[in-house]
Amino acid sequence: MKTINNVVCSFCGCLCDDIEVNIENNKIVNVKNTCSLGLSKFLNYDKHRILKPRIRKSKEFVNVSLEEAIDECVKILSNASYPIIYGWSNTSNEALRIGMEIAELIGGVIDNTTSVCHGPTIIGVQDIGESTSTLGQVKNRADLIIYWGSNPLHAHPRHLSRYTALSKGRFVKTRKERKIVVVDVRKTATASIADIFIQIKPNSDYELLSALRYAVNNGEIEQNEVAGVPVEKIEELAEMMISCKFGALMFGLGLTMSPGKHRNIEAAIALVTDLNKYTKFVILPMRGHYNVTGANNVTCWTTGYPFAVDFSKGYPYYNPGETTIADIIARGECDAALIVASDPISHLPIESARKLSKIPIVTIDPHETPTTKISKVVIPSSYVGIEYEGTAYRMDGVPLRLKKIVDPPDGIISDEEILKMILSKLRGD
Amino acid sequence: MIKVILITGRSLDQGTSKSIGKFSKEYMEKLAICELDPEDLKSLGIESGQNVKIKTKYGEVIVKAIESKQAPHKGIAFMPYSMWANLLLGSSTNSSGMPTFKGIEADIEIVKEGKIMDLNELLEEKIGVI
Ligand code: SF4
Repeated sequence: MKTINNVVCSFCGCLCDDIEVNIENNKIVNVKNTCSLGLSKFLNYDKHRILKPRIRKSKEFVNVSLEEAIDECVKILSNASYPIIYGWSNTSNEALRIGMEIAELIGGVIDNTTSVCHGPTIIGVQDIGESTSTLGQVKNRADLIIYWGSNPLHAHPRHLSRYTALSKGRFVKTRKERKIVVVDVRKTATASIADIFIQIKPNSDYELLSALRYAVNNGEIEQNEVAGVPVEKIEELAEMMISCKFGALMFGLGLTMSPGKHRNIEAAIALVTDLNKYTKFVILPMRGHYNVTGANNVTCWTTGYPFAVDFSKGYPYYNPGETTIADIIARGECDAALIVASDPISHLPIESARKLSKIPIVTIDPHETPTTKISKVVIPSSYVGIEYEGTAYRMDGVPLRLKKIVDPPDGIISDEEILKMILSKLRGD
Repeated sequence: MIKVILITGRSLDQGTSKSIGKFSKEYMEKLAICELDPEDLKSLGIESGQNVKIKTKYGEVIVKAIESKQAPHKGIAFMPYSMWANLLLGSSTNSSGMPTFKGIEADIEIVKEGKIMDLNELLEEKIGVI
């Protein structure tokens, strides 16, 4: 049995880098240090795999060679007048970098799943800037942590033990020295272990953030409650925020997906900016998929924009609300799609999924999903961080190297290698 | 029938069962559900584990009603992100780039007939492929 240490978990944006994996005969037999999400991925990655490239011919799928599948993909992409290229948060930066070249070459729109998770966060940050730090700083220094619209015990289970409530920092060492506040519409698992839980009415985050800003700026709120929260509680929280030494506001999709969207984020960032008049305060998004942050970064370094980049004019053009995937599909404008490491049929509102199903889709993915089932071409790939190496960005923007720990099934290559083949065919190399 | 605000979101079960496989029994069991406050279950006159129909102005779906472990949240129904939940969402982003996945008005009623569709049935019935 072989043991590999310091493996990075490729499930959520925490990218825990202390995983121990035991391997026997090219099979993962034991995993230590992950949460149940990571454990489930490491122990099940080899199930429900697609092992052969396939093309849909009339109603039925037919297994084909990799070359044939690539040829069909190239045909579909070259014949399209407004193709979309989407996914990317579950693969490496290296794969996406090739994807960017493909998008430019075919004049398509390239977008990543940020579009339907923290897109509003990015718009908010672009509008007014942000006060940020690494998770290491939070672990070592933060004595006040606020989780807003985020339930890390379900979505990022080790966030609390590695970076916040239960972590041992250099200057803030114990749980007692940290105050944890949870703001949410439900008393989530995370809320149950917080010092203070603030239950807010759905769709009223903007109001509560504004009231907090008012209180932080010494205003007297002339109401009994805001967003279902008694004013005394709002004032108490404002006081806690002002008087902490280092505060961190960690927010999730509760803020980005609720009405208000990027306005909610702007209000949260503005609150943190106000707090920096009194103390040190940072704001960090809780990013979901393991490399969604990398998808933003690679898109940014290649085009200047973080997601939803449209190359149809011959240069990168970005306008969320217009060039975002959800809008393009809802308007029925795209006529082909290349999907990499993502399952939009499961994750878009039904009407959009229906529209997407009407155009030829090429999907590159290791396993079977509703999107692979309705695709015209399916090319199976290997898992980055298990069967192939690559770089990913942790949720705070720190890049980490993902290892190859076992061999992929016979004939299965990585997203990066498949995309390189597509690119070179498109170029006519 | 009760009126609720529907919130869709991540759950631990969604994350673990997704790795087991989207067409697995576990995935359907853990995702074709709706978590309700105990008081809302009572007003519907049902027990945890019974099927309900959820309807919004965009669509409807039958799922299993489960007593929420993250209560109290009277008037709020929670569904994990999935195709079952997405049948209830609108595709417009109001020019924001992001569809509204949280905070949607919905009606919930008990169903006498009708069953929970699996993903293959949803693909066939609601998307029209396969
Ligand atoms: S918290 Fe995230 S990265 Fe860490 S072990 Fe769990 S799933 Fe993996």
